[in-house]
Amino acid sequence: MVLDNLLSIVTFIPLIAAAIMALLLRGEDEAAQKNAKWLALAATSATFLASLFVLTGFDASNPDFQFVEEREWILGLTYKMGVDGISVLFVMLTTFLMPIVILACWDVTHRIKEYMIAFLVLETLMLGVFTALDLVLFYLFFEGGLIPMFLIIGIWGGKERIYASFKFFLYTFLGSVLMLVAMIAMYVDAGTTDIPSLLNHTFAHDTLSIAGVQIIGGLQTLLWIAFFASFAVKMPMWPVHTWLPDAHVQAPTAGSVVLAAILLKMGGYGFLRFSLPMFPVASDLLADFVLWLSAIAIVYTSLVALMQEDMKKLIAYSSVAHMGFVTAGIFAANQQGVDGAIFQMISHGFISGALFLSVGVIYDRMHTREIDAYGGLVNRMPAYAAVFMLFTMANVGLPGTSGFVGEFLTLIGMFQANTWVAAVAATGVILSAAYALWLYRRVVMGDLIKESLKSITDMTTRERAIFAPLIVMTILLGVYPSLVTDIIGPSVEALLGDYQTAVADFAADTMVASNEGGN
Amino acid sequence: METIILFAPLIGALVCGFGWRIMGEAAAQWTATSLLFLAAFLSWIIFLTFDPFAHENGVYTVQVLRWIESGTLATDWAIRMDRLTAIMLVVITTVSALVHLYSFGYMAHDENFREGESYRPRFFAYLSFFTFAMLMLVTADNLVQMFFGWEGVGLASYLLIGFYFRKPSANAAAIKAFVVNRVGDFGFALGIMAIFFMVDSINFSDIFAAAPELAEQEITFLWTSWNAIELICFLLFVGAMGKSAQLLLHTWLPDAMEGPTPVSALIHAATMVTAGVFLVCRMSPLMEFADWTTNFIVVIGAATAFFAATVGLVQNDIKRVIAYSTCSQLGYMFVAAGVGVYSVAMFHLFTHAFFKAMLFLGAGSVIHGMHHEQDMRNYGGLKDKLPYTFWAMMIGTLAITGVGIPLLYLGFPVGFAGFVSKDAIIESAYAGGTQVAGLAFWMLVIAALFTSFYSWRLMFLTFYGESRGDKHTHEHAHESPRTMLAPLGVLAVGAIFAGMVWYKPFFGDHHAVEDWFGIAKHEKEASLVLPGAAFAATESDDHSEDKGPAPEPGQGAIYMSPDNHVLDDAHHVPTWVKLSPFVAMLIGFFTAFQFYIRRPELPGKLAANQRPLYLFLLNKWYFDEIFDFLFVRPAMWLGRFLWKRGDGNVIDGGINGLAMGIIPFFTRLAGRAQSGYIFTYAFWMVIGIGFLITWMSITGGAE
Repeated sequence: MVLDNLLSIVTFIPLIAAAIMALLLRGEDEAAQKNAKWLALAATSATFLASLFVLTGFDASNPDFQFVEEREWILGLTYKMGVDGISVLFVMLTTFLMPIVILACWDVTHRIKEYMIAFLVLETLMLGVFTALDLVLFYLFFEGGLIPMFLIIGIWGGKERIYASFKFFLYTFLGSVLMLVAMIAMYVDAGTTDIPSLLNHTFAHDTLSIAGVQIIGGLQTLLWIAFFASFAVKMPMWPVHTWLPDAHVQAPTAGSVVLAAILLKMGGYGFLRFSLPMFPVASDLLADFVLWLSAIAIVYTSLVALMQEDMKKLIAYSSVAHMGFVTAGIFAANQQGVDGAIFQMISHGFISGALFLSVGVIYDRMHTREIDAYGGLVNRMPAYAAVFMLFTMANVGLPGTSGFVGEFLTLIGMFQANTWVAAVAATGVILSAAYALWLYRRVVMGDLIKESLKSITDMTTRERAIFAPLIVMTILLGVYPSLVTDIIGPSVEALLGDYQTAVADFAADTMVASNEGGN
Repeated sequence: METIILFAPLIGALVCGFGWRIMGEAAAQWTATSLLFLAAFLSWIIFLTFDPFAHENGVYTVQVLRWIESGTLATDWAIRMDRLTAIMLVVITTVSALVHLYSFGYMAHDENFREGESYRPRFFAYLSFFTFAMLMLVTADNLVQMFFGWEGVGLASYLLIGFYFRKPSANAAAIKAFVVNRVGDFGFALGIMAIFFMVDSINFSDIFAAAPELAEQEITFLWTSWNAIELICFLLFVGAMGKSAQLLLHTWLPDAMEGPTPVSALIHAATMVTAGVFLVCRMSPLMEFADWTTNFIVVIGAATAFFAATVGLVQNDIKRVIAYSTCSQLGYMFVAAGVGVYSVAMFHLFTHAFFKAMLFLGAGSVIHGMHHEQDMRNYGGLKDKLPYTFWAMMIGTLAITGVGIPLLYLGFPVGFAGFVSKDAIIESAYAGGTQVAGLAFWMLVIAALFTSFYSWRLMFLTFYGESRGDKHTHEHAHESPRTMLAPLGVLAVGAIFAGMVWYKPFFGDHHAVEDWFGIAKHEKEASLVLPGAAFAATESDDHSEDKGPAPEPGQGAIYMSPDNHVLDDAHHVPTWVKLSPFVAMLIGFFTAFQFYIRRPELPGKLAANQRPLYLFLLNKWYFDEIFDFLFVRPAMWLGRFLWKRGDGNVIDGGINGLAMGIIPFFTRLAGRAQSGYIFTYAFWMVIGIGFLITWMSITGGAE
């Protein structure tokens, strides 16, 4: 039956299309360029349609992995895929956004075929991250995904693209190495690379003493830190966030959209798939640490966003702030927090994607991202002003848009875990309003005085078509969030149930140990 | 029917926002306006026929759709109908419908827009959207839906203040309004979180039922432990302070006058700014247990009433005077809510909506007739040129200053709407019993004097005396079209009669109030059994003979705890207390008369004599400057500092510096190609995987 390997089909359609494009499409003339674009659009659309079968066939009440496929692979490794309530929506987010991304680079002329191939390969790798159920497979997808992203920034990026990619590399490098080491250690400890098995495995958490330093939580803590190093950079969390604004500024519009909307979510997904369920004791021990980093991130990056002079940088900093809500929600480790974190990631995918597309619309016309170069666009671009307004409001978390639900749920979750963190994070709602509306005012409002803008034109039909699905999703999820929470709820509940049990066991163990020590 | 009321404005907004391109501007505007009149008509039916005792606890809900659900958190889009909702429905839809109609005239020509630009459908769309959000706020059956309305009206307010998008001042005011409101929302949101943390629900019925328990519980918040209900009520009130422009968070309201005048009437006078008062009344089952917080509300309310009235004395922009007046009147409402007579707070909210909307629309009519001149120093002698407007403003002024016949009681006091409801507040403040309430009483009386002064000052400067300013403008001053005058007429009826007609249910004896709000029917039934007791109950409003269990929190639209006797005590205050607001009003009137009719040179002299005081008031006690210095500048400085120093020097400097020595080495190693780093990366990844696979092959591979 075809459903047996549906996930593989979804994951590899883009790669196959990329291969066809690389091998069969020849020539640099206009027709070839056109073919490349249409093929890419067809492939990403087909992927989306195929993924709809995953969504409709998905049993939301079942918290286990579904659509699981498992077969022998090279070198004694296993190829295993599957989705649960936590990952299935990330798959959907990716397949939903990719056709939009392809449409967004319709006007690119520089090496368009390679550009399309890069995005198609990237899609396969991103889908792989969310579907892989084997450690090695996951690692391949996770790290491999960065290569096409490097290429996209490095070849199709702005003037400083080399510096930006270099920085990107620098930050990711350390995390990747540590994660690799941690994975080997996990394999040694558990004897398997099978993720579902690892989820049921209890990693050692007896206090270790290395070179005289006592490590509470033992191996779990060490593994947790190694994974954290990798995921925190990808999120990105404060203080390892500075690569993101530079990468965004240099990336082409479509690259920024993928980066903000999907790639950043790999870190959050990692926390949910590995850190929280596999190392619950360590997560619990270090939860306050992450909560505080998140709270600092929200306030710090919001303040920094306030002073930005470059539109993309401002939105990039705003992304970091929004990811702060995600990490805080995850490590609040309660239903509202984790539900909210996942919701926030999905919602941020639409909103940040749309915001970067909005910048792209005027960048394509004026070739500058300087806020000061604009002003009074509403005079000539009313449709654009309306769209940008909607997503500005979604970005500041206005109720009725999807941005609110995620922020609200994570805050509710945070409050139960740590009221200080909730209070500090909640100041983010004030600051976000300040920087977002100020940006909007400087770009869109006012009279149109600048000579260079006098002939600027409103959005084209293609541009409107790009925004339409994002608008629908932003409002739909804001008004009827159950579309998401119904699917993620049971899996999150199961995850947190196991998590609480593990933490409680550990607490009981420590109690016994300390009692024995006392006796 | 409730659903139609709620969604008619939304449909109107969508039609005006998008449909006008197809059906034409005028048709779209008329569609929205008719839908609003429909909603207003239905609201009046509900208001007049609503019988709280037909439903359990005086409440029924209409489910619309599921909303946010996560674990034990479950919220719906739903309509909660009780007396409070019914009151708010008529206020909102009536004023909104009239403002829609008025806007046909007011927005017909606008020099802020160029020839051929279509701005009118957008204006109507925003107005209708605002109405929808406001209705969502008052019909909410849980705090999150209320928050939706809360922020939704904030958005509408932002859009409408910034409606003249070419004016930098309008844009600045719009942002200020939104951000300052967000400061309040910060408190509101924390309050919701605290409630969910304690009660595990954010639906009103669950919260109210849990109120007595909450009063006993402690909550750890930030550095210490608090009484749960005090903390929750305080945080919610912070939200109310933002929306209702109370002291410290009031700075946005005067600036909001940058918006077109119909907006000021609808949003910044009659409806949105009263949302805070509504919130406190809605949460009365909680507030009744929070003594400290309600005292705080009284202090803030009284201080705002006083502060705003002093500033109103010297402003020259006609709309700003009314704006400060609104701010001040909202303070009155909070005092009433704070001392525990929620019905009186709602009463003033109700009457205030009529006369304040009328004052604003009247001012709009003057501005319209005077070609968008707003400085009262350039008015004068407009009485004959704008006769209808003059009479409307006169009625509004009589209402707000509280003109009536003191001590005369014909089953109701005789006077304009503001006379009845404002005196009720002042008497309640006196009856409040606490020291704080006593102080509030005096501040409110003084504020009443100032209110009278600035209101008459406005009248005299505008309609009496010589015409000042641009001659040409005065020559062309004209009365407004009928679409603008008709709403004034309707509101005038309300400004005259609303107080007298609805005196009983809002501020009559406590049986009347309880019946109206649907509180504890059994108590009355018990007393009706005995003819003597029934006689006593109707004859006097002393309730000492009442038997039966006291009402529980959540029974009825508002809750007054059994030991809350302010409502009854307010009817037994000494005569001098009942007279005091009237006397204050007279003093204010005669001073204004002296200053602006008999000796018009006096104000200038006084201002010169008392220059520091004059400047202090003229500059609104320097709140804007202080806030700018305390918050805005430090935030910007900190933002720049963290960006340049934090991100730039420390983080990038640290990490890059560490790595700069190592990485270029690898880059060189991997080749001098421009994109060498990519290959470096791929190279390392392959090495890593190779290492991993080798390791696993050695140890036996995956099972």
